[in-house]
Amino acid sequence: MASTRVEHAFSRVGPGFAVVESVRVDQITPRARLGITARLILSIIIAFVMLIPVLWMAMTAFKARPDATASPPKVIFVPSLDGFIGLFTNRTQLSAAALAEQQQRTDLNFWERQTLARGMRILGPSKFVSQLSNSLIIAISSTILAVTLGLLSAYAFSRYDIPGKRDWLFFILSTRMLPAVVVTIPIFLMYRAVGLYDTHVGMILLYTVFNLSFSVWLLKGFIDEIPIEYEEAALVDGYSRLQAFRKIVLPQCVTGIAATAVFCLIFAWNEYAFALMLTSEKARTAPPAIPANLGIGGIEWHVIAAGSMLFLIPVVIVTFALRQYLLRGVTFGAIRQ
Amino acid sequence: MSQITLQNITKRFGTVTALNNVSFEVKHAEFFVLLGPTGAGKTTTLRIIAGLTKQDAGSVAFDGQPVDTLPPADRDVAFVFQQYSLYPTMTVYENLAFPLRAPLRRMKEEEIRKRVTETAEVLRISHLLQRKTARLSGGEMQRVSIGRAIVRNPRVYLMDEPLSNLDAKLREALRVELSHLQRTQGSTTLFVTHDQIEALTMADRIGVLNHGCIVQVGTPEDIYDRPATTFVAQLVGSPKINLLNAATDGGVITIMDSDVHLPACELCTDPANLPCEFILGIRPEDVRPDPAGLFAGEIALTEPLGVETLLHIRIGRQTLVSTVPGISPLSRGESVRFGIVRERLHFFDRTTGVRFSE
Ligand SMILES: Nc1ncnc2c1ncn2[C@@H]1O[C@H](COP(=O)(O)OP(=O)(O)OP(=O)(O)O)[C@@H](O)[C@H]1O
Ligand SMILES: [Mg+2]
Repeated sequence: MASTRVEHAFSRVGPGFAVVESVRVDQITPRARLGITARLILSIIIAFVMLIPVLWMAMTAFKARPDATASPPKVIFVPSLDGFIGLFTNRTQLSAAALAEQQQRTDLNFWERQTLARGMRILGPSKFVSQLSNSLIIAISSTILAVTLGLLSAYAFSRYDIPGKRDWLFFILSTRMLPAVVVTIPIFLMYRAVGLYDTHVGMILLYTVFNLSFSVWLLKGFIDEIPIEYEEAALVDGYSRLQAFRKIVLPQCVTGIAATAVFCLIFAWNEYAFALMLTSEKARTAPPAIPANLGIGGIEWHVIAAGSMLFLIPVVIVTFALRQYLLRGVTFGAIRQ
Repeated sequence: MSQITLQNITKRFGTVTALNNVSFEVKHAEFFVLLGPTGAGKTTTLRIIAGLTKQDAGSVAFDGQPVDTLPPADRDVAFVFQQYSLYPTMTVYENLAFPLRAPLRRMKEEEIRKRVTETAEVLRISHLLQRKTARLSGGEMQRVSIGRAIVRNPRVYLMDEPLSNLDAKLREALRVELSHLQRTQGSTTLFVTHDQIEALTMADRIGVLNHGCIVQVGTPEDIYDRPATTFVAQLVGSPKINLLNAATDGGVITIMDSDVHLPACELCTDPANLPCEFILGIRPEDVRPDPAGLFAGEIALTEPLGVETLLHIRIGRQTLVSTVPGISPLSRGESVRFGIVRERLHFFDRTTGVRFSE
């Protein structure tokens, strides 16, 4: 259809013929529009299928305990905050007498009344809050360290003639070639020996090392793209190497820094195996805590789902906020803005 | 302002010798042009002077003081780069202010504003000051790069083909402006180009560079009228000089493969100094069509350029190019008589291409 129109238009071009009809390349034919719609619908279906587990998790988080374990599963249910209360508090089952006595009280807050409705009393906050803050501290610190150190070494690798540069770069990359589980036991032994077991410093160090290889390689790609002439101009203009780096290179690779930071943050935030092996009380992060600690007295699916959902939210926010940097990040800076 | 002395500078990149024993001097307040074809080592020379590249051997001195160990910031030179010189994340104003804001200068923001405004006026870019550099035309960018150099008073200006990316009109205009600027400021300038017209029009002195070697240093007149080698002779002058194989038997010079015989008297060179065979150079303007001329030939081609016409005159199996003012009435196939200005002939060695001195 479209092709005949093109031929038609061109056959009339030539001596003696004016171009009376122009063919716009950007004009979308009905057939093409149909294709776009079909593709859109298909993507929505695929996205929906992919998101079912996440959706199910979110639904479970708002179910009461009987609904969460009901068989067949309930799709329509009365929303409840049981899961979140279970996540953040330690409770105790009340005897019938104590229950009656508690029910007389009028000074109970919303959460306490909710708990009381299940025949329980809140004893105090659970460990989840501190575990969540451990996760935050460790993930953010290790990300800052990995990006800073990675930026400096990537700059050095990009700009200086370092003897054995390629070997060094390969060596750095090779730290990523072993699966984490292979090295957990030796690291566990080492950490216990030097007193880094179950410490924030130990986990920050570990995640920094793990992210460093990635951050060096990713940032080197970005810095390689910035022509060295800019820095040379700054050097001649009276700046030192470090000043030129700060004034010229840094502003030009914010994209790369943002992308690298997101990836490092997500890795450190989500890491499970090391955290399970190398922490117990003080420095335990959220990922191993969610499935492990909350299983006292049968698997409390609604509590686990509530924990997972809360845990997911920061990653979603960060990823969404920096989404335009991520595309360049995953393609190692190959796509220009 | 100061003078620059280069002594026996050598620089190799792997197996390529970019500079081979280069020595020359740029005098105080001089406009020195480094002329050479692409790959001659011009940029490398500037980078070594600025301290961006380390030479393998030799020494650079400013005012007699060696600067080889100084980092670029402390050499106090201004560099106009061949490309990529403006900071893309900054506005024109910030670009111009950047050198002044360098920590080692500690200049007050007021003084910076004053200097930037003045510079922008000189280069007529005042209206662009708030614009991001990515949205400038090529000519505007080049002005801003020049502005970034002249906004401070460096000891030396190093300019690496600052006009090469511009269209002909703009290049001409900026050429005049740059010359004017240099004379009024009395600044020591080392200007690199591969364009012989730029060199001849702007330079106080020219250094010709080829394959990393300095071939000749001299005033534009020296370079044009007394080229040291056939390479220099061909590099300057448009249209190119006629280079012809010639022979002499003492009294008469014969252009080979033709019937042109020049009596050796009145020559600038004593024919006794010449070997029997050599290369004869004749500038096109020294071949003059003249009804009473000594020699005869046939017009092979005419190229009218408006202000002048190039005549290709066939003599035997050789062709001589001649320029005549205005549009010539001669046309292809006509026979023509012409004379040769014998005082201005150039003689070069056949194997080395070196000029035989007077
Ligand atoms: N960093 C480098 N590494 C390897 N070779 C180089 C380097 N810089 C320059 N060269 C080589 O040195 C020689 C001189 O280069 P240079 O850039 O000085 O030439 P130029 O005269 O400025 O040429 P152009 O007119 O094209 O700018 C060239 O053969 C070039 O390939
Ligand atoms: Mg160059």
